[in-house]
Amino acid sequence: MNVDGVNIFPLGTGALTVEFGREISVELNRKAISLAEYLDALAFDGYIESVPAYASTSIFFDVPTVRRTFGSHLTAFDAVVSVINRILPQLNEADDCDGRLIEIAVSFSTKDSPDLQRVADYASLTAADVVEIFTAVEYRVFMIGFLPGFAYMGKVDERIAAPRKVSPRTQVPAGSVGIAGRQTGIYPFESPGGWQIIGRTDVKLFDPCFTRPCFLRSGDMVRFVNADE
Amino acid sequence: MSLTIVKEGIFTTLQDLGREGSRSLGVNPGGVMDRTATRIINTLLGNSENEGVLEMHFPAGEIRFDRDSVMALGGADMSPELSGKPVSNWRTVNVAKGDTLRFAAKVKGERTYLAVAGGFQIDAWLGSKSTNLTAAAGGFEGRRLRTGDKIEFNSEPAAKSSLAASASILPRYSRFPTVRFVRGAEFTDLTDASKESFQTDGFVISTNSDRMGFRLTGEALSITNSSEMISSAVNFGTVQLLPDGRLIALMAEHQTTGGYPRIAHVIERDLPLLAQLGPNDGVAFYEVDIEHAELLTLEFDRELAMLKVGVEFAHLWPEPLRR
Repeated sequence: MNVDGVNIFPLGTGALTVEFGREISVELNRKAISLAEYLDALAFDGYIESVPAYASTSIFFDVPTVRRTFGSHLTAFDAVVSVINRILPQLNEADDCDGRLIEIAVSFSTKDSPDLQRVADYASLTAADVVEIFTAVEYRVFMIGFLPGFAYMGKVDERIAAPRKVSPRTQVPAGSVGIAGRQTGIYPFESPGGWQIIGRTDVKLFDPCFTRPCFLRSGDMVRFVNADE
Repeated sequence: MSLTIVKEGIFTTLQDLGREGSRSLGVNPGGVMDRTATRIINTLLGNSENEGVLEMHFPAGEIRFDRDSVMALGGADMSPELSGKPVSNWRTVNVAKGDTLRFAAKVKGERTYLAVAGGFQIDAWLGSKSTNLTAAAGGFEGRRLRTGDKIEFNSEPAAKSSLAASASILPRYSRFPTVRFVRGAEFTDLTDASKESFQTDGFVISTNSDRMGFRLTGEALSITNSSEMISSAVNFGTVQLLPDGRLIALMAEHQTTGGYPRIAHVIERDLPLLAQLGPNDGVAFYEVDIEHAELLTLEFDRELAMLKVGVEFAHLWPEPLRR
C-alpha cells in the first residue's frame, strides 16, 4: 500500500510498518516519532505499541481485538491501515516535537578508547582532532533499538565517519561510545559489537530499577562533553 | 516454598507470553518460544493464558514439589516422570508434596513447559514475568534457574480434577515442518531464482541457533537491490537475509530492530512449529496472504476459548467424562 510516498506493509501477523522513506533524515524521523506519539496518546482497541525508527514506525496490535472492533474490514491489517491513513495528514512535523538536550560526559583516555587512533588514521587526523570534531556538534537520538536503552544517534561528521569494524568485538564494555559510519551510540550493557569505540561514559543508559528505565528517548538531542578536560 | 530446583537444567528460565509496550525502549518482548503450548497448559489449569511458566531445554534437570499442587506440561515431549512414574503432556497432573519431576529422554521438540495451578509468585518487570537476560531483569532474579532455587506458587490450587486438551487443539510438531509465511518488504527484491529457492528448497537449522534466532543453512539467496538499508523494527518470526546470502529467522529473544532485508514473516499460528526445532532439523516455507494468516490466528483463538469454557464447567460434567 503506497500513498504519497508512504509505504505500509505487514511485519508478520498483528504488526505492520509505516515506512516514510529509506534514508536518515530529521524530517522523516520526526514523522516516525510523531506517528508513534499520536498512537500512544490515542490508541485504538487492540493497539499494543509503536516502535519509531529512523524513517518508519512499526505498529503492533492484537488481531482478534482489532477484528472485533473493526468488523467492516476484511483484515485487522486493513483496519489498522485505515486508522493510520486518517492520522497521517495530521502528523506534527514541527521542531517542537523534538525532545530534551542532554549532556553526557565521555572519557576519551587511551584505555577507554581502543579504536580512537584507528578512527584518526581513517580520517588522517590526530586523535585530539577526532575528539574535537566529535564533541563539536549536537546529535539527534533517531531511535532506540538493538539493546535495551541503545540510542542510535547522528549524524557524525563525515570526516570521522569510520565504518564498522570488519570483525566485531566479542565484548564491548558497558558505557562504550562508538561510531559506525555517520551513526554514534553508547552500549548500555556489555555486549558483542562492531562499532569503533572512541570513548566511555559512566552514565547508566538503562536501569531496570526505574519505572522509566531508559535514559534517552527518540527525538532527544545529545551533546558529548570531554570529561578529561 | 512450593518448588525447588534440585538439579538445574541446561537452560531453564521463567517466561510468560512476553513483555509488551517496551519495544520502543529497546526492550524486546522475550517470553516463551512456544506460545501455543503455554496458552494451552495455562488454560487447562484455569490460569490466565499469560501466567508465567518454566521453559526448559534438555537435559532439563530435576524439580521437587514442596507442597500438594496441580501442574501441566506441554510443548516438547521429554518423557516426563513424576516420582518415577511416566506422566503425559497436555493434561493436568496432581502432585503431592515431595514429588520430583524429571525428564528421561528427548523424544520430540526442543522446549518443554511447566505450569502450575495459580501460577508462580514472581514480580512483574515492565508488565511481564519474562526473564530478560540482557538487562538481568524480570523472571527469577533476571537469570536462568540454578540448583537450589526455590519458587513460591501463588495461591492454593482449586479443586482437583483431571483434564486433558483434545488432540485437535495441539500443535502438529515435526522435525521438518512446512511453516506458512507472509511476504516481507524486501521479498520482491529477491532474484527470481532466489524467490523460487526460498519457497521450494528446504533449510536446515544450524547449530548456531538459540532463543534470539535460528541460522538457516541452505542455498544462498541473492537480492537484486543491494542498497544499504536503515534499521527498523523486526518481529518474532521475521526471516532476514544476511550479507552472505544466508537466512536468519528471528525468535522470541530477538533484538527490537534490525537492518537486513526482510524476506518473510512466519505467521503467528506456525511459530510453535519453528520454535520446537533444534540444530539439524529442517524447515520449508509456504506463502499465504495476510488474510489467511489472520484467519489461522482467529481459528486458534476460538479453539482456545472453547477449551477455556470446557475447563470452567468441568466440575459439572458427570464423573466418567472427567478425564
